[in-house]
Amino acid sequence: MTTSPAPSAALGTPGTPLLEVRDLTVHHGQLRAISEVSLQVSPGQVYAMIGANGAGKSTLMRTIAGLHFPTSGQVLLDGTDVTRMRPERRATAGIIMVPEGRRLFPSLTLEENLQVGASYARKGPWDIPTALELFPFMKERRKQKTAQMSGGEQQQVAIARALVANPRVLLLDELSLGLAPVIVQRIYDVLPRILESGVTVLLVEQDVAQARRVASYLHCLLEGRTTLEGPPADFTPEQVEAAYFGLASRDTGGAH
Amino acid sequence: MVWVSDIIQGILVGGLYALFACGLSLMFGVMKVVNLAHGDLAVIGAYIGIGVITVTHMPFLWSIPVVCLLMAALGYVLQRSLIQSALNKGELTTLIVTFGLSIVIENGLQQFFTANTRGIGVGSSLLTASFSLNSQIQIGWLPVIIFGVAVVVLLALQYFLSASKYGRLIRAVADDREAALLSGVNSRHVFGVAAAVAFATVGLAGVAYGMASTVTPFSGTQTILLFAFAAVVIGGLGSLWGTLLGGIVLGVAQEIGAQINISYEQLAGYVIFLAVLVLRPQGLTARRTQS
Repeated sequence: MTTSPAPSAALGTPGTPLLEVRDLTVHHGQLRAISEVSLQVSPGQVYAMIGANGAGKSTLMRTIAGLHFPTSGQVLLDGTDVTRMRPERRATAGIIMVPEGRRLFPSLTLEENLQVGASYARKGPWDIPTALELFPFMKERRKQKTAQMSGGEQQQVAIARALVANPRVLLLDELSLGLAPVIVQRIYDVLPRILESGVTVLLVEQDVAQARRVASYLHCLLEGRTTLEGPPADFTPEQVEAAYFGLASRDTGGAH
Repeated sequence: MVWVSDIIQGILVGGLYALFACGLSLMFGVMKVVNLAHGDLAVIGAYIGIGVITVTHMPFLWSIPVVCLLMAALGYVLQRSLIQSALNKGELTTLIVTFGLSIVIENGLQQFFTANTRGIGVGSSLLTASFSLNSQIQIGWLPVIIFGVAVVVLLALQYFLSASKYGRLIRAVADDREAALLSGVNSRHVFGVAAAVAFATVGLAGVAYGMASTVTPFSGTQTILLFAFAAVVIGGLGSLWGTLLGGIVLGVAQEIGAQINISYEQLAGYVIFLAVLVLRPQGLTARRTQS
């Protein structure tokens, strides 16, 4: 149960970020949700986006997944421009998102949810049996409809559904939303096994302490702009707090 | 005893109504498309059958797979083009577009086939063949066969939706289209497949109707569409077996109404339809309502 599938052969092209966002600007109608945000996610990294409600984190994730199209800027997967690619093509190219609010198929059983996730899977280490082993409760409840499961269980199924597609980059949007801390911890406990299998992770987290614990790189958004980025060890909690809330910012690059 | 006979005839014709209704129900359940051209599609199916038999002189049974395949292809193409682009502009747009499609089909059929009444000849031996339950109840073989076909089609549809890969994808896309996209599922293609299945069933229904009765270019909206809607509403939206129950209730009501007075046939059907709409709007076999 503690073993994870062997990593896929190629993590990415050496020297190229696995996922890159260049000067991305996204509008919701008239509202500018993201302003000229850039980021580079290296293979094997856990890259955490932090920021308050409405900072544009989820919009950024949805744009990377292809559910929104940007006003300007680019999204690149392993050096290939995917900015105009449809979401389902992006998924088969290796960008898989666990959306905010789980978004399972409620009338399908747990196993059917995983089967849908695996329908257009890339080749790779994950399949339905290995995914079922990731969370202990899933195997014996695989015939159950997911609508009858708790929020934490649904979140775990959502992660398993994403993994069976064998993503190159896994986008995790607000995993801990509405879940008890002990459940959140149980979910984050599988992150090392996901990384071992060769999957790179870009996650959105409102809980800064949680993000600092798991991430190798932090990127803070405030009102759609970057206010801080770098390895967590480079920043004091006060600096992160300042970037997060937009308090008088010092060397972090102000938002206003 | 005449009432027993009416009820049996009503049940049998209910199978045909269920055949009309299941495609309508499928397209609404998956794409949220209320297809106002659904009845006209059945008429197209009947005319394709008539055309194929007239041109190739093939036995009428052989025309059924031809109709189903052609209708499935038509369904996929129409869904990927016209209906999808209407969907992109909002669910209500599909009402207007399918209404327009209905008018185009009816006038197109009238142009090519004239307004004459036509039927699919199954031969007088089958058309009139019947068996007796007792001295007062005579049951035609053709309605029994059509009812049997309807049950087989519903069973096949249920198996397709619950056990096949595309059935699973159709249910997933119906549940949450965006989440399906994020799993790499091309929802437009899945919609096309669902439409192909729906069109094939309604084409088959049209052929069955053409055998049991006759069609004109305007049968689609004058009778078939209304019967299909009534069966879906009575049975409960989104329930496959509900359409069979709805069709049977509609059929029995019509037969009993006709027995009281022949002019009450249609009226009785719509009275039941309205009664269900008022007293049990979720339909007779409604699934648990989502909260």
